[in-house]
Amino acid sequence: MVKGKIVAGCIAPHPPHLVYAENPSQNEPVAEGGWEQLRWGYERLRASLADIEYDAIVVLSPHWQTYIGTHFLGLPHFQGLSVDPVFPNLFRYHYDLNIDVELAKAIHDEAASAGLPVKMMENPDFRVDYGTITTGHLFNPEWDKPMVVLSSNRSTAYYSVEVMQEIMVELGRVTRRAIEASGKRVVVLASNSLSHRHFTTESEVPEDMSKEHITSHAMHLWDMRIIDYMRTGQAQRILDEMPEFTEQAIAESDGGGLSWLLSTLDVPDYPAILHGYGTIIGTGNAVVEWPCHAHEEADA
Amino acid sequence: MSEGSVVGSFVVPVHPHTVLAPNQNEGWQRLRDAFDEAAQTIKDLDADLLVIYSTTWPSIIGHQIQSDPNPEWVMVDHDFHDLGSIEYSFNIDQEFAHAWDDANKKRGLQSRCVNYKGFPIDVGSVVALTLLNPDNAIPAVIVSSNMYANRSETTVLAKSCLDVIKSQGRRAVAVTAMSLSNRMFTDFIKPEDDKIHSLKDDEWNLKILEFLKQGRLEDVGQLSRTIQRQIRVQKVVAFKPMWWLSAMNGNRNDLSGKVLAYEPIHGAGGAVVSIDPTPSGAGDKEYDEDDVEYFHGERGVLDTIDENDTGAQQSPVVEQASSGPSLWEPTEAEGSVNTDAAPKPVGAYPHARKVGNMLFLSGVGPRQPGTNAIPGGPIHDEDGEPLDYDIEAQTHAVVNNVKRIVEEAGASMDQVVDVTTFLVDMKRDFKGYNDVWAETLGKIGPTRTTLAIDALPTPIAVEMKVIVHLGE
Ligand SMILES: [Fe+2]
Repeated sequence: MVKGKIVAGCIAPHPPHLVYAENPSQNEPVAEGGWEQLRWGYERLRASLADIEYDAIVVLSPHWQTYIGTHFLGLPHFQGLSVDPVFPNLFRYHYDLNIDVELAKAIHDEAASAGLPVKMMENPDFRVDYGTITTGHLFNPEWDKPMVVLSSNRSTAYYSVEVMQEIMVELGRVTRRAIEASGKRVVVLASNSLSHRHFTTESEVPEDMSKEHITSHAMHLWDMRIIDYMRTGQAQRILDEMPEFTEQAIAESDGGGLSWLLSTLDVPDYPAILHGYGTIIGTGNAVVEWPCHAHEEADA
Repeated sequence: MSEGSVVGSFVVPVHPHTVLAPNQNEGWQRLRDAFDEAAQTIKDLDADLLVIYSTTWPSIIGHQIQSDPNPEWVMVDHDFHDLGSIEYSFNIDQEFAHAWDDANKKRGLQSRCVNYKGFPIDVGSVVALTLLNPDNAIPAVIVSSNMYANRSETTVLAKSCLDVIKSQGRRAVAVTAMSLSNRMFTDFIKPEDDKIHSLKDDEWNLKILEFLKQGRLEDVGQLSRTIQRQIRVQKVVAFKPMWWLSAMNGNRNDLSGKVLAYEPIHGAGGAVVSIDPTPSGAGDKEYDEDDVEYFHGERGVLDTIDENDTGAQQSPVVEQASSGPSLWEPTEAEGSVNTDAAPKPVGAYPHARKVGNMLFLSGVGPRQPGTNAIPGGPIHDEDGEPLDYDIEAQTHAVVNNVKRIVEEAGASMDQVVDVTTFLVDMKRDFKGYNDVWAETLGKIGPTRTTLAIDALPTPIAVEMKVIVHLGE
């Protein structure tokens, strides 16, 4: 069998504001635009991968929060209405997505044999979290590729960033092994923001961009520092500074997505492409691509 | 109408095991039995409102209040999806939800109602309402817990809820959906192997339950920051539910508590506790934290430009009410009498002025000092749409405001000699006003003139112009 391959890895943040601002037919509320810098960033990401063939999208979303291990969506098809419990005024999205259950099960089994607590989610009534759906929509608005969806284990809250990272680095290794063994070509997405301090008020028109800015200078400095490491191929430094970054920037990397992504990509030492950066109700968000297809040698 | 109150309170656990799998573990079954007992107690209390504060519904933009009159969906837990699904269809008191939202704003809180088909009601609320209100006989209301809120904000949230309970004359039951210690096992366990995660968690849980059993709810509120550090996984910045529940009960330590069950749910501490407002007979201890009435915290972070900051001259306007005229500091002149205990004027005038041995009051309405709230409710909303209001409550509030000003002048109510009353709706309100008059000023005996007028500057129905004879 042909060895499977990760063709790209991306940070693909999920604030529902981005879907809201775009007015897709699936979403009920209507907006007058907003957050263009990030939405155009997603556009550039899609264009960058338009000619790259792949079979499945593997995503880890911090809004499917599990306390007991990592869970995987385990049925071939999910359909329903996703209402964001925090921003229901912005996000009420009718979703319809397919799961690559075979690949999900392969990663699940690989993780289980590495001693990680894992579970397949096979309840047909389950509502897919809005993070997965937002990232899924923005990365692939046609929804024409099956996904593998991993939950976010809350080990940062339960233990520490260090323990979280140890688990996520291991989960990344098994994810990579399972993808390679599957013979499939895969895109891997970490669905998370960078700095993550929100404003607790919302302007009258949520998409009023005159009100949008980072919550504090310190948050900006952290975001730029991390992005700089990405752009200069220093993924290992991101992992090294993850505890400080996550705590001081209250970063959404607490959900493990970023650590898992970098580990799945084998801690890349080549530059990532920054497609866009912007703030959403004060949180820092970047759309970033590691173009693995151009850097990793095809194994025989 | 008799004044409403909280007639009972409950602490209940959040995980779905008590609904979906009580038979898999004896402890879960005991929690379930306790839920059923609590449901019966609520029925016996003749409650007409259930208020749920849920720790499993986090919010970012202030507090959110569910206002869909009939939310329906199927809830599946993020972790315990293999236990099955809970279908729900609840009876939400939309009118109360809106009134609470308004009351929150009047007390300075960021607040909004959510009414969207398919809104994912959180597991704690679904479990609580499914088991405490099985036939949906009692209308309910659910409020989120703000991720960043601290004690003052959470206390004010409860006070605005009480404002509405009182003004609507409700018999309310307050419920917090929460774990005690919330650390679960991070691996899958067999139901029969369930136990509290650690001895430390267990000891703290027992300490909290001992306090609750003694009705010392306010003490648990004051221990909340310690509880957060000792036995709570730090998912949010603070352990808030006991702050809310204590404020809902007047921050007391002499309530009557009963622990109906305490058991582990996948390692976390689950308890069903019933708290009765009846004084236990124990001496109530002083409430020694800041008893905050109005939330002044920094929440307007989006608006960094002060739009009032245009003129060089200091403006006497102290605040812009959310609707209606600006509020002014009372003016000072020879003989003027002003007090913080009366509502701010809506123009440049004092609360009262002394001339010789006479005291003349400016027109006094029912607005409350500080909050600017109108007891009995405003007569119309911000768009001018008429609202139902309680003229008796408004009249009582006017008389109380008059009393505060008169007493500030060193006089007493029995020195009031002449009153002119203005009513905006003589036909609707004369009787209620007249009843309150009879039991208050009527007993003192000033002369009185009652006039029907077109409108008053704020959305109130009654105002009085009072003259006092200060004596020789
Ligand atoms: Fe998020």
